[in-house]
Amino acid sequence: MKLSTNFVKDYVDIDVDVKKLAEDMTNVGNEYDAAGPFIPATNLVIGEVLECTMHPDSDHLHVCKVDVGKEVLQIVCGAPNVRAGLKVIVALAGAELPGGVKIKKGNIRGQESNGMICSIAELGLESKFLKPEDKEGIHELPKEAKVGEDPIAYMEMKDDVIDFDLTANRGDLLSILGMAYEIAAIYDKKVKPIELSYKDTKEDVNDSFKVEIHTKNCPIFLAKKVENVVIKESPAFIKNRLMASGIRPINNVVDISNYVMLETGQPLHYYDADTLKGKLEVRMAKDQEKLTTLDNIERTLSSEDIVISDGEKAIGLAGVMGGLDTEITENTKNIIIESAIFDAVHIRKTAKEILRSEASSRFEKGLDPNRTYMAIERSCHLLEKYADATIVGGLVKQDTTSLEDTKITITFSKINQVLGTKVPQEEVLNVFRRLGFTYEVKEDTILVSVPKRRIDISIPEDLIEEVGRIYGVNNIEGRLPALPIKAGSYDKRTRKLRNKMIDLGLNETLSYILVNEKEAKDFTCDDTEIAKLLAPMTEERNTLRHSILPSLIKIYEYNKAHSQKDISIFEIGKAFYKMGEDYGEENKIAVLMTGEFYLGMHKTAVDFYVLKGIAEEMLDFLGYAGRYSFVTNKEMPKEFHPGQSAAISVNNDIVGYMGRVHPAKVKEAVFVLEINLDKLFSKKVGKMKYKEISKYPSVKKDLAFIVAKEVTAEEIAKSIKKAAGSLLLGSEVFDVYTGAGIEEGKKSIAYTLELGANDRTLTDEEINGVLEKVIIALEKQGATIRK
Amino acid sequence: MKEQIEEMKTKALDAIAKAENEKQLEEVRVTYLGKKGELTAILRGMGALSPEERPVVGSQVNVVRDTLESKIKEKEEQFKQEELNRKLKEETIDITLPATKVKRGSKHPMNRIIEEVEDLFVSMGYDVVDGPELETDEYCFERLNLPKGHPARDMQDSFYVTTEYLLRTQTSAVQARVMMKNEEKTPIRVICPGKVYRRDDDATHSHQFGQVEGLVIDKDISLADLKGTLEVFVKKMLGENSVLRFRPSYFPFTEPSYEVDVSCFKCGGKGCNLCKQTGWIEILGSGMVHPNVLKMNGYDPEKYTGFAFGTGLDRLAMFKYGITDIRLLYQNDIRFLKQFDRMD
Repeated sequence: MKLSTNFVKDYVDIDVDVKKLAEDMTNVGNEYDAAGPFIPATNLVIGEVLECTMHPDSDHLHVCKVDVGKEVLQIVCGAPNVRAGLKVIVALAGAELPGGVKIKKGNIRGQESNGMICSIAELGLESKFLKPEDKEGIHELPKEAKVGEDPIAYMEMKDDVIDFDLTANRGDLLSILGMAYEIAAIYDKKVKPIELSYKDTKEDVNDSFKVEIHTKNCPIFLAKKVENVVIKESPAFIKNRLMASGIRPINNVVDISNYVMLETGQPLHYYDADTLKGKLEVRMAKDQEKLTTLDNIERTLSSEDIVISDGEKAIGLAGVMGGLDTEITENTKNIIIESAIFDAVHIRKTAKEILRSEASSRFEKGLDPNRTYMAIERSCHLLEKYADATIVGGLVKQDTTSLEDTKITITFSKINQVLGTKVPQEEVLNVFRRLGFTYEVKEDTILVSVPKRRIDISIPEDLIEEVGRIYGVNNIEGRLPALPIKAGSYDKRTRKLRNKMIDLGLNETLSYILVNEKEAKDFTCDDTEIAKLLAPMTEERNTLRHSILPSLIKIYEYNKAHSQKDISIFEIGKAFYKMGEDYGEENKIAVLMTGEFYLGMHKTAVDFYVLKGIAEEMLDFLGYAGRYSFVTNKEMPKEFHPGQSAAISVNNDIVGYMGRVHPAKVKEAVFVLEINLDKLFSKKVGKMKYKEISKYPSVKKDLAFIVAKEVTAEEIAKSIKKAAGSLLLGSEVFDVYTGAGIEEGKKSIAYTLELGANDRTLTDEEINGVLEKVIIALEKQGATIRK
Repeated sequence: MKEQIEEMKTKALDAIAKAENEKQLEEVRVTYLGKKGELTAILRGMGALSPEERPVVGSQVNVVRDTLESKIKEKEEQFKQEELNRKLKEETIDITLPATKVKRGSKHPMNRIIEEVEDLFVSMGYDVVDGPELETDEYCFERLNLPKGHPARDMQDSFYVTTEYLLRTQTSAVQARVMMKNEEKTPIRVICPGKVYRRDDDATHSHQFGQVEGLVIDKDISLADLKGTLEVFVKKMLGENSVLRFRPSYFPFTEPSYEVDVSCFKCGGKGCNLCKQTGWIEILGSGMVHPNVLKMNGYDPEKYTGFAFGTGLDRLAMFKYGITDIRLLYQNDIRFLKQFDRMD
């Protein structure tokens, strides 16, 4: 809402700087984007062109002698319409024009020039308000303009404008009167009454005109008829105030409808009475009903839109925009004025789907029916005054609203309890008085009567807000709440996991969860569906990811494109799915590693085993040591390399997948892992316990076996463990070999076994016994011991 | 006899002083103090002395022996020290050669901020809670006093998946979750950090961003309590010199509602390009929990009051680390990520 301060001064006497007013309004909750003069140009003066000759060195420039009152200046001017005898706007040296233009004394192609003769556009009037002649040349002031005076004042354009960014609840401030009440409350002033008087004829409009309401979405509809209007240009003050408020002037009648809407907040519609058939109807539109609006666009309506009909067809989109067929034209003589309220929710929906207008933005926020009456009276007053209208007697009226004040009971103690203050009673009452609310006090209780114009106020808390606002929230002393001391809690496990991954040398990322539909299910294989947006901003981000890995692949690609080859990253976040009609989300951790990996002082090329090491360290850290395995006999997501990937199983339940990304997807060696943390954490972990350290030394023995290539290290490890029994403390692979000396289709795999006991040093017989058992067990499975 | 011993002592001391290494010193020791040494010989020859002379000579010999032993020891120490110094010199390295890297990973700046906020509020007895990001219209809007068709819904254009499910536009959605989950309707003190989503994407807005919500419900909670709490929060996060300004505003789920500005930390309030010459930067939305919200989620507004606040985490991270482009937070350039590897 752009507020013309000239306009509001009609209703409240203030004399404050525009910046101060804007700041004071901000402090009571009405933020602004900009505040400053309507015409942001300085150092202007009315001048008269005394002489005008062609510039000797130019085919379009003129050299002018301009009388600016105190002196006669030579000014070079390029406008085609500059000529001797013209009254013009001169920007003197030192003037600042919008867009950072500074006027200096200078020299244009050898001719001295001491200022600039201006067009209206150069003064900063918005282009939508410019007439064709304003764009072509300098502004021509009337002959009567006095040389040496301020042209802005002469044109009645001296005004300051504040562009407010209002909150959604303060629909009342979308009017000059609402602003006047707010400003009056801040500075403790009275709001001046609005002039509504006019003469009307003895006829009754109800004898010739009917209004029918066929929907509950129109609680009040008033109509009045005026006759014999003279369509002409509006007086300057109306045009300038409209422009300062952001509305383009058209003619006196249309301008008055907009002017009254600005004043009262009540949108109006004026119909050319001679295009109507003696009545107006309010009803819901039929599905697919067509209507051509004022802007000459054919709209297709639905049964959710409210329309005005002439009894046969829709002639206006209620609360949004009138129809083309019944609009006010140059030839209009008689007018039907509509002043009505339409249901906010329906208007909002229509406005969102079809068109948002000055009118709809007011209906959407709700209106005061008192203003519905006021606006129609004010229209008559101004049409009589500025359009020579004859006002037909009587008012067509369909009204189910209440005009009464809203009564709210509150106590002084509740106000002070919620604010945490000790505001004295008289100060509280003072706030209500300044806001124009009346009240009755009975001990601690106040019965407050809130005028309908403040439709945002309906409950006691709203009144507390008003007290806080006007008393000044920054006058309230802050304190920490006096609450019992207790220990706060947070998700330690996730944070510890994050820190562990960082300790492992990985860099944490944060990526967008919205991805392309095509990749949303990558790296997963389950029977869920994807969750897709109804109205995405771009196709690239139209679906919620089911895995974090597509996001990490994108990060990999981004970094690769920026010549970063060594990437070891992880992310903890949510992944989403659809299951039947329900939607769900899961916490996951994803890791991506490629290039070289630095851990501590060690630097190595990332392969499957590096990632496996990360996976194991992570699972061990989380307490799952000994409960997980990497299995290859399960169905794998197709984005993994079939020969270098595994499902991660904890307690025989698949919690995630890891491995190399399928070369068809990424040709470089990129390794990824993802674990469903909700699934993993559902498996309980016992407390960490100290394990006794043996006082007796252990021994290490190496054994190498030749086995078929297909036999996995894990199978051999399991057999060793089973055969060796409790004296085996651990086993480790130290060599895997194929090639010379080893038969085709076989491999050699060498283990170091660590043997020991807590209560004794093992004897040679014991050690050899264990080794013997291991060898026999493995030989049974087809292995041969390598000597 | 006495003169003879004195003479020997002078000779011996001279020899000790002249010894150039441990070997020569050992030779001196053997010459005088060894089993066949000169001093030992004198002691051995004591039997030939008269009973009167014996103690006198004996004590003189002992004194000389002690003197020589201590001098030798001193000299030995000196040699050891010299040897050590030589060795240390030999072992001297060029410490300006590059270090062996012992790099660990790094934490994303957004999570650094989240952890900092969590730690602060946990220390004041708040619980950190989590809620769904794919939320229902009911929890995201309706239970927060934002029925369908409410004009304030325009403030946050949403990503719907169905007419009922949407990506949450605000962490406030967790407010209703926490209130509904608390079946005994006992006091609440929580914060909820997390991701939120809005249909908005330009140089200063990202369609996905971080927010933290705070909610306190108890008896006699007031606006003054909210002010005090936010003062602590903002000062801890942005510096003790920060000044807060409360501006009345409107949110459907709080009444009264306030937006909170902080004095510009770049210019200190004088006005600069960061604060658009206003001296203030808007950082928080807050207010007293609307009685309808309390009621809808099972709390009696006659018995309880509460406050709630919410703030954007991206901006906090950007302010804190001087990040000028919000997109950096989501681009995940490894050269960016690796910078966040030290304590604050």
